[in-house]
Formats: sequence, structure tokens, C-alpha cells
Amino acid sequence: MSGIVPDPIARQPWRMLFPLFVLIGFGALVLYSAAGGSWTPYASSHVVRFLVFLPMAFVISRFTRELAQFFAFPIYAVIIIMLMAVEAIGFVGGGSQRWLDLGFMQLQPSELMKPGLVLVLARFYANLPIGLIPTWRSVVPAAALIGFPVALVLLQPDLGTSLALAFGGATVMFVAGLPLRWFLMAGAAAAVLAPLAFFFGLQPYQQRRVFTFLDPENDPLGDGYHITQSKIAIGSGGLSGKGFNEGSQSHLNYLPEPQTDFIFSTMAEEWGFIGGLVVIGAFAMIFSWGLKVARDSQDRFGKLLATGMTATIFFYVAINLMMVMGLAPVVGIPLPFMSHGGSSMMTNMICIGSLMMVARWNRKAPRTGLIS
Amino acid sequence: MGRLSKKNRRRDHVSQTTLDNAFDRRTFTIGTAMGGIGILLAARMGYIAIAENERYELESESNRVNLSLIPPRRGWLLDRNGAPLASNRADFRVDIIPDRTPDPNHTVAVLTDILDLDENAAADVRKRIEDSPGFQPVEVASGLKYDQFAAVSVRLPDLPGVVPQRGFSRFYPTGPSVGHLIGYVGPANAEEYEAQDRNPLLVTPGYKIGKDALEQQFEQELRGIPGARRVEVTASGRIVRDLETREDVQGDPVRLTIDGPLQDYAARRIGLESGSCVVMDCETGDILCMSSMPSFDPNSFSQGIGRVEYAMLRDDERVPLRNKVLKGLYPPGSTVKPMHCMAFLDAGVKPEETIICGGGRRIGNRFFNCWSNHGSVDMAKAIYQSCDSYFYHFAQQVGFDQVAKWAHKMGLGEEFPLPVTSQFYGTVPDPAWKKKKFDQEWQPYDTVNSSIGQGYYLTSPLQLAVMSARLATGDKVMPRLRLTDDKPRFEHFDFSPEEIGYVRQAMSDTVNGPGTAGRARLPFDDIKMAGKTGTAQVVSLSISDGKTGPWKYRDHGLFVFFAPFDKPKYAGAVVIEHGGGSGAAYPIARDVMTFMFDPAKGMEALRPLEEQWGGTAQERLDAKYRAYAAAAGEAVPPVPERDEDIFDQVEAEARVAARQPEAIARETNPSRVDTRSAEEVSEATASARPTSPDSVTQGPAPDNPE
Repeated sequence: MSGIVPDPIARQPWRMLFPLFVLIGFGALVLYSAAGGSWTPYASSHVVRFLVFLPMAFVISRFTRELAQFFAFPIYAVIIIMLMAVEAIGFVGGGSQRWLDLGFMQLQPSELMKPGLVLVLARFYANLPIGLIPTWRSVVPAAALIGFPVALVLLQPDLGTSLALAFGGATVMFVAGLPLRWFLMAGAAAAVLAPLAFFFGLQPYQQRRVFTFLDPENDPLGDGYHITQSKIAIGSGGLSGKGFNEGSQSHLNYLPEPQTDFIFSTMAEEWGFIGGLVVIGAFAMIFSWGLKVARDSQDRFGKLLATGMTATIFFYVAINLMMVMGLAPVVGIPLPFMSHGGSSMMTNMICIGSLMMVARWNRKAPRTGLIS
Repeated sequence: MGRLSKKNRRRDHVSQTTLDNAFDRRTFTIGTAMGGIGILLAARMGYIAIAENERYELESESNRVNLSLIPPRRGWLLDRNGAPLASNRADFRVDIIPDRTPDPNHTVAVLTDILDLDENAAADVRKRIEDSPGFQPVEVASGLKYDQFAAVSVRLPDLPGVVPQRGFSRFYPTGPSVGHLIGYVGPANAEEYEAQDRNPLLVTPGYKIGKDALEQQFEQELRGIPGARRVEVTASGRIVRDLETREDVQGDPVRLTIDGPLQDYAARRIGLESGSCVVMDCETGDILCMSSMPSFDPNSFSQGIGRVEYAMLRDDERVPLRNKVLKGLYPPGSTVKPMHCMAFLDAGVKPEETIICGGGRRIGNRFFNCWSNHGSVDMAKAIYQSCDSYFYHFAQQVGFDQVAKWAHKMGLGEEFPLPVTSQFYGTVPDPAWKKKKFDQEWQPYDTVNSSIGQGYYLTSPLQLAVMSARLATGDKVMPRLRLTDDKPRFEHFDFSPEEIGYVRQAMSDTVNGPGTAGRARLPFDDIKMAGKTGTAQVVSLSISDGKTGPWKYRDHGLFVFFAPFDKPKYAGAVVIEHGGGSGAAYPIARDVMTFMFDPAKGMEALRPLEEQWGGTAQERLDAKYRAYAAAAGEAVPPVPERDEDIFDQVEAEARVAARQPEAIARETNPSRVDTRSAEEVSEATASARPTSPDSVTQGPAPDNPE
């Protein structure tokens, strides 16, 4: 970095921060339009939340490796207790029981569990003797660590979050070097069990969503409505969109939830394919930085943690975008950094903070591969 | 992967290096997968946004823009002088589209409250919603005050599927007087919607099509061209702004031959009776009036037939829903006698030929009685005194085939090319017809019965009016309902002016001379009306004498007429159901013709009568409705699902009613064998009916039943 820029600023991970600011700013613009051309109620609180959670991410990035490792299990335990508390005393909203009312805010512990699970698994594999990797002792404890919170979240019921948890956990196991055939076997087992789970495990409304996803035009005014309207919004945007504040799908309420799950459609209607490429490109930059942080890390804990955090954010983005484009069933997963919503912003900023933390460790003790 | 096969056997050999390698490989795999998904998403988005852009843009537009049709104003129906018989009135109305209403019961309850509907009206609306195919609007109320309209409009966000609007509704200024003639309008039903290629106009709230009679017949001309309004709407249907509006084009007016005031006068003059009155222009065939009473109010029918009103009309034994001009069939009785005389003339009978009526006459080996003892009877006397014996004799002489041929020529048993939904053509009996219908041979008593318009003979009032016009002019006058500028030309029957004049004179004598209808004389010095009375028996004499007793058993009273008698301009017929004889019919004809020539004089005659009856036809109908509604309370059964069913049922009942005389035609009633002398008959009849020397053409029975 040149000498003009002060070192504390120059050493920040701008490869990630720049696209992040783009996403937040762009998100604020789209939220402004989704509110009918108004900063309230979405856009201003979106920016305010980011301004609250960004310092939090910087605080997280200051933690040392030892501290992170030390707190991994206690944090996990606290979140598990909160998940159990949700079952016991949490309140019901939108057909499932997900929230704890803390008085000043409504907390969704399952969201906290996403980075928490990645942290605890990274901690577990980092300290597992290398020789035990190909044995059952590397799998069973990890499976328990993943399975318990997934089961609790499924009980809420919240299929989307449990899938996210399972995906994050599986990614950490995958990069932890567990034998590949186990994953192949697990995949084969899932292929067999999926239909059974579908017919016996899912709620009727969830089954309907899957059918709808397979054939949205079948019921254009009922369950297929969301997907159909979302595709109309994206499709009618064309190359460059209808123009800022000109989206008829969102402004005339045809698009459901234009400020949360379907914010990408809202954006695409007004900014078109070009806007979509900007968003996808910004996420690509953030993920490639996240993976680079993981690969640059010198120790197992940092590697696993960074990969897991990146995968967690990625899962959000991929599922959300696939959903709004009609490639996945409707599951209530918002788009990170753009959707209006506190819990998802907090989770994603924790992930970002953790990645920055690993990046800081890397800078202090750069990989020595060139030398050794 | 090499490591895999190695580990199959020696699973332990994992070192920091192999783990690092595995990590690098696997993160690379993950990165590649992420990149792949990213490219997939970008491609998918490009496909939707660019390749399929046109399609989605269209769908987005069809979401955003709502094209609503503005129902065209319906063309007016005008009378011959250009006065409206059916026009349009601006009003506020509220419809409901069941498909867009999640909880119709709640919505109707709210509307009932706002619009202050009574329980029966609310029940009607609920029933219509239940029966409706869903996509069709159901009328909740029309003719609303602005305040009510505004109250509904304000609450629209809470009332999904409710459509309040300003529009036009059909208005019939003379109400019940034109009910049967013009019909009414109503929302299209599901079959009509399908039949017209799902024309979206038919399911536009507030749009109505002709449902009966002329409204239905002239539908295409009256319809007009709908306007359209493009508006931007939200997903919940709220209108954001108007984009574009095209005005509607009103339907063409249809000008009828009807004389509006005359039609109204005739309807009112029929008064409390159940009957019909037809007046035609002899020169053009224009139908000037065809009133059928009692009737229904097409104004309230056009707003949807309420259950109370329907129950009231259905329960009325005078069948207000039946158009008696076209669908009432009655034995014509003596009214066909002048026409039969024409048949006799055609067959070579001389007017001067006489027979002796001895209170009846022997035909074949039986004696058939006449209503009186007329002594020596020629053709003129046979007409003005309505002597039955004369007709027994000459009908037998020329053969009834010959008479029936002329009946058809004169319009009986015929249908006319009129724009009406249906007309009954009745029966002119002849040997071939009887053979075909009953597989029985024609008997002399059939000739006897038929010669005086009884037996199987059945005619509609319209046919009688046409017969009268043809008789008066000697032309084959064709009736018409639609006014055109050209004067139609009619075929002339092969009668000499003397022959026609002879019959005209005899019919004039019926009224103005020594005939049976002296009270039918017009109150003018220079205009004389000619006519012929008729009485048709409805049940056998063993049940009723036809004059008194239950209304249903009384004789029908008939009268055919034309005026002025020497230069006929107008002709017509009056039929009063169960009037107890022709005395019920010809005063009506007299007053209607008085009104025709001098409206002021006609009204003078009507006013005291209406005072006595309790108001005009409209006022009486309204009063009756209120009384009925009050008596019936809220326990009134609903109307049939489709209005068409109502009229199909009425028509079916009309057909059954028309067959009623067949029972008498076939019966041989021993009590009617006349064993008295001619003098006794004459005296008895004269004393029984001193004021109404009318021919009771009761179906004479053979005196020696086999």
C-alpha cells in the first residue's frame, strides 16, 4: 500500500469491504424504492443496523486465536440453551416458534447458531489429533454437534435454517479432510431418505411449496404466486431495468415481501440484468476473499473457521437467488446485506467479523509456505 | 482419487501434509462450485431478463393495467310517435363478484347494513351468489342514493370483490303496461356467456341483456358498443390512476308500431280483469297496442326478481307472468261467425238465403240447440243476433274443411312473423287434424261445435285481432311491430266490395243496430264501430253456469271489432278471461276505441272506474306488493335460479291451460239436451239475461248420445 493512506486504513481488507459497502448501499437504495420512495421504514434502519454491526465485526476481528478457541464450546452451549428456551418460552410468529423476546430486541437463536456451529466444529477438528481423522471419532462427535441444533431448529419448525446449519457443518467436515467416500455414502443415503423425509417429515405447507416450485404456473394465484410474480419482476426489468423507483411489480404490491426475501426481484425490476450482475459480482468478490483468507491461514482452526463462515454466507445467497429466479422452492431465506432484517444482518456480520479475525491472524503470522 | 483407494486398506496414514493438500483441493472444489453456481445464477437471470423479457414485460403490464369495460347505454325502445317505452336512467349501483370475495356472507352482511336492505332482499343476494358461477357479477342493489354509494366506496378496502359504480339502468316509464310487450333486462346467465364466446362484456358488472320479448328480440341493435377504461391498479385491486378512457356508444333506438298512450290506456282499462286487448291499424298492419293484464313491473324485474314479488306473481291465479295476447288460447266462440260467413259466401251461399231457427236445429239425426229462438234467419241476422242454428246449417252444407281453410286465411291457427319470443298458434279443427290428433273420424257434432267457435277451436287474442282486420278490409293484413316508413301492400281476398260491405253492415248492426252489443256504441255521431261478441265456456254446465260462482269457472268474454265500420282504419280484439260473458269485453273495446279517436273522452270514462278500482295499474300493483310482502313476512321461498326458468314454467302452464277446453269438446253432456219448445227457450234466455242478449255458445251436445 502506498504511504499516503495511513496504515490502519490501508491494512483493512478492502477487497471485501468495498463490495460489502456496495451491497449495503445498493440495498439501501432498493429498500428506499420498496417503501414507495421513502427512507422509512426500511432503508434508514437498514443503514443504521449496518452501522451498528460493522463496529461489532471489527470488535470480533480483534479476538485472538486462543480466545476464540477458548470460547467456542461455551458459546455453543449458550446458544443451545437459548434454542431450548425458544422451545419452552419463545413466542410464535408466522406459524413457527423462533424468537426469544429479550425486551430490547427479538432474538432468533437459530441465526446465532450458524456462526456458532462453524466455530465449534472448527475448534473440534483443530484440536482433534490428526491420526483420528479417518476414524469414527472424527465423525460421531461432530455429527452430534450438528445434529442437536438442527433437530431443535426443525422442531420450531424452520426448515430453511436447519438446512443452512447442516450445510455449514457439512462444509467444515468436508474441508477438515474427512474421507471423501463418507460424503459419497452420506449423499447416497440422503438421496434415499429425502423422499421419505419429504412425505413424512415435512409440513403440508412445505410439501406444497416444493410442488409449487416444480410447477409454479399450476397455481398462479395461490402458492405459485410468489415465484411467478418474482420472475415477472426480474423478467420485466430487462437489461437495464425500469429505472429507479419505477418498479410496478413492487410498488403496486404484486411482489410479495419486496423488502426481505424478494429484494433481489425488486432490485432486478428497477436495475435490470446489469444490477443483477453487480450484486452477483459483489458477492463473488466477498466469497473469493473469504476463501483466500481460508487458504492463507496457517493453522487448521483458522482455515476451517474461514471456510465455514464463507460457506454460511454463501448458502444464504445461493438459496435466496435460486428461489427468486424459480430454481429452488420458496424458503424464507433473505439475501445477505441487502434484505431488510436484523437477525440476518447480525449473523452475516458475525461471519464477516470472524473472517476479518482470521485475516488479521494471517497478517500477524503469514503463511510460511514460501520459506519452508 | 488415489488417496481413496489407499485408505481403503490403510486408513491411518493421515499426516499434516495430506490434510493440507486435501484442504487446498477441497476449498478449490468449493470455490469452483461457488463460481459455477454464480455463473448459473447469472445465466438464469440473463435468460429471464433478456431472452424472456418480452413475455414478462407483457405480464407485468397486464398486472399493472386493468382494462375495464364501460357497459354501453342500451338503445331506447320508442313508440310510433317517438316517445320512449324503455329508456335509461342514471343511477348508482353495487355489484359483487363472488370469485373475488373470500367471505361472501360477511360481505353481504356489511352491505346489507350500509345499504339498509331488508332480510328478503339480502336472502335473494345470498342465493344469487350461491348459484352464480363465480366470475359473474351479482347485483346487490341499484338505484342507490349518492350517500349510500359513497358509503360503500369508502369501505371498499374491507370489501374485496365489491364493485360500486355509476351507470345506467333500464327504465320503463309505464311499468306494468308494457311488461309483457317489451320484456325486461337482466344479467347474462352462464349459458348465454358461453354461447356468446365468453364475451367479457357479459360479465361486466352493471351490464344487462334483454331477457324477454322485444328486449330480447332486438338485443343486437339495442346493445351498442362498450367503452373502455384503462387504469393502473394495485394487487388488491385499488385503482391508482386513470390511464385512458374511451366512451361507450349507445345502442340504436328501435321504433315500434305501438302507440304508447293507447297501450297504457288499454292496460289500465282492463282494470281488475284478467285479459288482453289488441288494436291494429288495418291499412298497415301496425300493432298499436297489445296489452295483457295483470302484468309485472319490468322495472323491478330488471333489478333482479325479488322472492316476494315472484311469490306474489306466481300465486296469482290470473297468471300475471303470462303474455295473454300471444300465449293465451281461448275458444273464439261467436267471434268467428262473421269470418265463417265469408267462408259461406265464398262457397256460394247467398246472403239472402234463410233458415228457420227453432231454438236450435236438427243436423243429421240429432237436434242441436241455439241460445235463443230466432225464427227466420238470414246472414245479417245470423251475425248481429248471433244465431247458432244458421251456422250449424251452413257449416254442415259447405263442409267444415271449407270453413277451416278460410279460418287459416283469416289468420286463425297461424303464426305471424313478429319479433316475439314465442306465440301460440292455437287450433283450427278440421277432419284431417282430428284424425291425426285423436285418430277419430270427424262427426257432424264436430262441425256443429266448430261452426260457432267452440269444440277444439282455439285462438289467441292476436289472431282474433288479425282476423278482424282482414275481415274489415278484405286484405290479407299482416301484423307488424317494428315501424318502417314504407307502407306494406297486402294480397286482396277474392270478395266483392258488396260482400265485404254486407258483413261490415251486419257487424255494425251488432253494435249500432238490433244486435248483441248495444252498449258498445261509440260516443261519437260520425264514427261507428262494428263488432262481434263471443262467449266461451270453460267448464261444463254441470259444474257452473258460467256467469256466477268461482272466478275460474266463469265464461271467457270476447269481442272483435273494427272502426269506423264503413271505412275501417282500426281493428282489434278484447278477450277477458272468466269475465262471465262478452259483457265484460266490449265495454273495454268501446273505451279503447273512444280513446283512440278522442283521448280526452277516453280518459273521462276511465277515471271514475280507476277510482273505484283503487288507482292505476301501477298503483294497484305497488299496493298489492306491499300488502303481500307484509302478509308473507320473511318466510318467502326463493325464486328459481334462472329467470328463464320462470318463463319456461309460465309457458308450460299456458300450454296446459290451453288444452283445458278439449275436455268439454269431447264430453257429451246429457243435461244439455234441450227438450223445451222454441218459445220456452227464447223466454227463458231473455229473462235470464235481459241486458246482455249475447250468444252463449256453449258447446252443444248431440241430443241422442250413442
